[in-house]
Amino acid sequence: MQIDRLERIFLFLTVTLLAGVLMAIVLSVVHDGAELPTQAGRINVAEVRDTAPFDAPGVYETAPGKYQAVIIAKAWAFEPAEIRIPVGAELTFVVTSIDVIHGFQVWDTNVNAMVIPGQITEVSRTFDEAGEYNIVCHEYCGIGHHGMFGKVVVSG
Amino acid sequence: MTTDTRIDIALSEVELSQRRWIKWHLYLGFVGLLIGTLMGVLQALERLDVNLYDEVGLESYYQGLTLHGVTMALVFTFAFANAFLSLTVIRGFGRPLASHALLVGSFVTAAAGVVMAAIAMLLNQATVLYTLYAPLQATPLFYIGAVLLVISTWMTSVNQLLTLKAWRKKHPGERIPLLSYISIMTFLMWDIASVGLAVSVLGFLLPWAFGWVGGTDPLFTRTLFWFTGHPIVYFWLLPVYVSWYMMAPARASGKLFSDGVVRGVFILFLLLSTPVGLHHQFTDPGVHAHLKFIHGLLTLGVFFPSMVTAFTLVAAFENGGKRRGGKGLIGWIPKLPWGDAIWTGQVLAMLGFTLGGATGLINASYTVNVVVHNTAFIPGHFHLTVGTATALSIMAISYWMVPHLTGRRLFSNRLALAQVWMWFGGVLMFSRGLMAAGIDNQPRRIPVNSAPYAQDSWTSYEVLTGIGGIIMTISAFLFFYIIIRTAMNKVAATSDEMSFEISETIKGAEESPAILDRLGLWFVAAVALVLLAYVPVLLSQGLNLDSPGFILF
Repeated sequence: MQIDRLERIFLFLTVTLLAGVLMAIVLSVVHDGAELPTQAGRINVAEVRDTAPFDAPGVYETAPGKYQAVIIAKAWAFEPAEIRIPVGAELTFVVTSIDVIHGFQVWDTNVNAMVIPGQITEVSRTFDEAGEYNIVCHEYCGIGHHGMFGKVVVSG
Repeated sequence: MTTDTRIDIALSEVELSQRRWIKWHLYLGFVGLLIGTLMGVLQALERLDVNLYDEVGLESYYQGLTLHGVTMALVFTFAFANAFLSLTVIRGFGRPLASHALLVGSFVTAAAGVVMAAIAMLLNQATVLYTLYAPLQATPLFYIGAVLLVISTWMTSVNQLLTLKAWRKKHPGERIPLLSYISIMTFLMWDIASVGLAVSVLGFLLPWAFGWVGGTDPLFTRTLFWFTGHPIVYFWLLPVYVSWYMMAPARASGKLFSDGVVRGVFILFLLLSTPVGLHHQFTDPGVHAHLKFIHGLLTLGVFFPSMVTAFTLVAAFENGGKRRGGKGLIGWIPKLPWGDAIWTGQVLAMLGFTLGGATGLINASYTVNVVVHNTAFIPGHFHLTVGTATALSIMAISYWMVPHLTGRRLFSNRLALAQVWMWFGGVLMFSRGLMAAGIDNQPRRIPVNSAPYAQDSWTSYEVLTGIGGIIMTISAFLFFYIIIRTAMNKVAATSDEMSFEISETIKGAEESPAILDRLGLWFVAAVALVLLAYVPVLLSQGLNLDSPGFILF
């Protein structure tokens, strides 16, 4: 099958474009440390409140400058709804759901993950700027979905 | 009028009867489009802070959103694929479909599915959106309706294959006609892809909704949904590609460059459409990041055949424009049939799709996706793909297909031309508004003006989205008006208007490698690739049927 010269050039440019995109993605992982949620463990959905760490939702300092926010997502709130940390803190969110699928996005950051019953979601982020960051549920979870939000308060 | 001069055969009774069923299947799709449009305008008005859900008797924004998604994404598109790709197989092989029972059965099954799903949704017993994520639980009637819609597509596929078999008996050793080939490949792709949804609903959601099992696995069923949920995009798109390749160039006097490249494009879609679903689950817990990366890599691969399509189509149009006397680098463009609504609508859909494809590349990029995942950017993106590449093309194709099937003349080409331009202008505003809002943190799937966290900076985006949506609605109503006036037109279409003219290729099938026609081989290769991509995913997740159902609507 003969492929026209112009067609070959176009296909070459397409492959180059896609290779460029791939390189950029690899760089974002290798060089800038971008990470996606991965397998962080399962939990029995009926026993969430009796299982550590979700038996005590809240914010904990796990090491100097390192914090962990243990959060339960439920229709239609995050528990706790407000996370307070000092500026410069490295915060790991550990989240699960006690009912349906929820979303978890911290505004103006790259923290963006799903919260699925039976699964534990873990995402980390260092907050270098003081301010209030909304945490919004971005997956439909019933008629109160658009009212489901919380916030991270980073104080200087 | 029973003679189609271009095909140059008198239509037999069988064929006339088959065309009637195809026509009704197309109209069933229009019913889906109508319901979807009515729900669409409610959402557009909500963006402008006019909330009419109570007034029209809907329980919530989400009930309307479920109706919008199911009728547009499943009913309208499936019905068109069933109808159009039955017609193309008849035309491609120059013979009626092998099974009249399957043709009728496909329509009846789809219609029954629509009625069941519609009842469930209108009674607010299935407000789970078209994604039907467990453990939100709908009434069994809804799941049965969804499965029937899928089964109607399988019936079309089987009928296509039986017709191929019957044709081969009479034409041993001949190349499968290109039009039939790409129509059949589209359905083969979907046969593999739809298994995920079918297993999820029949194996898990339905027994659970009936109460036969106490729990389900939200992650496992979600993974099965996206097994189907990405390639469904190509089931929306490829029927339209069939027209873009085989009809649009002919309307512009253009020839396709190479038969083999077109066959190759559809083989790539068959191979790569399904093993990429995890790129919809980049942000999911419980799915290993390495597996996400592999699917992300394959996703870049499935971008490739669409780029080939872009090149091939533009080259065919250039060929047409030059044959019409256009000269130079761009002089051929004004020579194209811009006065023809059927051609222009499809070309505007292609232009919209270039933006849809580019934004899709953003969503598919492993790490860039976190910036936009589940924000308003996503509906902004897919209203350019399924909402324009597909929907606008279907409208334009309908301006040919309804006269072709009814023998009635298109009511007004000029009005049709205005309609497709309005849709194009409307969707550009609409999607621009949504994408900007998404980058400015707005989540998707919310009644914006009821959200306590709504931002002042969103207001200008809402105006764009709302007004764009209203323009699209007016355009859709204009479409229905033209179609109804066409179906009732007392003036018969000319044989020219009714003809089914298909693109010629400069390099014909005789120059394409014979291996391209080994459908069974490619099908097996595609299944193998899907198994390689999905067995590790499903095994690593395991199955945990411990989530009870929730009815939160």
